[in-house]
Amino acid sequence: MQVTSTVRDPLVTGGKTVKDVSHDISRQVEGSPTKLWWMAMAVSVAVMAYGFYCLCFLLWNGVGVWGLNKTVGWAWDITNFVWWVGIGHAGTLISAILLLFRQKWRMSINRAAEAMTIFAVICAATFPFAHMGRLWLGFYWVFPLPNTWGSLWANFNSPLLWDVFAISTYFTVSLVFWYLGLIPDFAVIRDRAVVQGNKIRASVYNALSFGWQGGAKTWSRYESVALILAGLSTPLVLSVHTIVSMDFATSIVPGWHTTIFPPYFVAGAIFSGFAMVLTLLLVTRVVFKLEDYITIYHIELMNIIIIVTGSIVGIAYITELFISWYSGVEYEGYAFYNRVQGPYAWAYWSMMTCNVISPQLFWIKKIRTSIAATFILSIIVNIGMWFERFVIIVTSIHRDYVPSSWTMFHPTMYDIGEYLFTFGFFFTAFLLFAKFFPVINMAEVKSIIKGGGEKTENKEHH
Amino acid sequence: MDADKNFLVGIFDDEDAVLSGIKDVRGSGIKIHEVYSPFPVHGIDDALGIKKSRLPIAAFLFGMTGTTCALVMQIWMLGYDWPMIIGGKNAASLPPFIPVTFEMTVLFAALGMVGTFMIVSGLKPYAWPRQFDLRSTEDKHVMAVDLAINHGKSKEEIGRILKSAGASEVNEKNFE
Repeated sequence: MQVTSTVRDPLVTGGKTVKDVSHDISRQVEGSPTKLWWMAMAVSVAVMAYGFYCLCFLLWNGVGVWGLNKTVGWAWDITNFVWWVGIGHAGTLISAILLLFRQKWRMSINRAAEAMTIFAVICAATFPFAHMGRLWLGFYWVFPLPNTWGSLWANFNSPLLWDVFAISTYFTVSLVFWYLGLIPDFAVIRDRAVVQGNKIRASVYNALSFGWQGGAKTWSRYESVALILAGLSTPLVLSVHTIVSMDFATSIVPGWHTTIFPPYFVAGAIFSGFAMVLTLLLVTRVVFKLEDYITIYHIELMNIIIIVTGSIVGIAYITELFISWYSGVEYEGYAFYNRVQGPYAWAYWSMMTCNVISPQLFWIKKIRTSIAATFILSIIVNIGMWFERFVIIVTSIHRDYVPSSWTMFHPTMYDIGEYLFTFGFFFTAFLLFAKFFPVINMAEVKSIIKGGGEKTENKEHH
Repeated sequence: MDADKNFLVGIFDDEDAVLSGIKDVRGSGIKIHEVYSPFPVHGIDDALGIKKSRLPIAAFLFGMTGTTCALVMQIWMLGYDWPMIIGGKNAASLPPFIPVTFEMTVLFAALGMVGTFMIVSGLKPYAWPRQFDLRSTEDKHVMAVDLAINHGKSKEEIGRILKSAGASEVNEKNFE
């Protein structure tokens, strides 16, 4: 018997019992990988290998192999960085903010979304490190470590340094939060392995589960740790993209020097993060047969978050445009005139179409409950969010103050290659996660299903 | 009989059964060693008389340590050890130090609290837990009663109480 409400749709369908949850989720870890998995893995690793070659070429020869020039000193690298960090916002938002708001529908999706967050943040971090050129000195440049230049310390007045702290803290805390959730689930796989007589799997998953037993005292502590971590992660997740936006907002470049950036970037990050969660989960639920756990209801709720955040982003775009005219600042006005009308207008209008117009389709119930439409729109949103960062970064600087410095930016194969590297890494990591880790938080899902051996009775009632 | 070696283990099928079971078992004067569940059961800490965790206090103290470290580090590095004039501003001005201070507060609080939780709960990667019933992580709630500390009652009597409290089965478990 599941707890059913007369006003809300059930979160888990198919009359699952607690035992079914263990079985359905652990099965993926215990079985051997499917042909589809191997094929997807081969493609991801091939893309990653090509990207790794481009990355090595860049490190050997220097940042000059990118398409950057004297005017456009930041382009794809920082665009991709902000894009990946934005995607990395959904996971912790789902597990922390939705936990504080007691949104139980988060339980089926938080594990995969958090994994996505962690991999996306790693992808993001590769860009600033690659841009440093001399990677091996990077730690001295970004962290306040004693060094032989004085010690000449890192500059704490710089938003780029705030970024280092924000992203490394976000990565660490998200990783800890994710792993803490995995511990009881690893114990499930361990105990099943003991029953199945698979000693190797039992010892590996025992080590991963830190010898978890699930005593009442431990659960009580565990719950208070999870609640405090959620409380800590909530301002953290909002701070990360706020600080990323300050990389731009604290500068004096027209088009960047805007006080609206922090909330606008945070909304955009949640928007793109949910889009990526949808892209991944719509595939995962079919491949791993999790339709009873990740239901149309979950998809619809995520689409509603996409409408809300997409509309916030849309209002931000229009406000920005209005203020550039209303402020009467010529430089600001030109920066936006150039976005809308200049040589990069195609990028601006792609952004507007993908981010502002397309998510409005989700007002129609038929579209937001359609899997095909959601999948297509989630990809469109991510394309749009990439263009947003490209528009903000490149169109604001490609027309410098002196017209003789005006240029365009053309990516080289190394710009493209490094972007591909992050895609290859992201999907390789996600596939490994989906194979070896339980993709749904079993302990949490079990807590919203009531009852043990009442499956037959339940079937009669439905 | 030595303590912590010989147990009677009651298996309960769902969270309501175990919650009312705990009340009945404790009501008949039996000390429960521990109850193992596959997921957190609400109200089980009250039923078992578990005190509220003090981990939030630990988190607060770790967080304050982070705040202090971050401020001391930044003010000392930029204000005293190597003062730099950037844009004509004070060498050690507080507003630009706030983001790093916030991040370090969160980092110290989170890592410190989780680390403390791991230590006090005895979670370590190289330890095999002593398991009373393998189904306790899967779908059953497992109540362990230490026979040595319940002198007044015989094994059979405790078994009867567990059964009548709603246990679907009662097993004996001995550890060497």
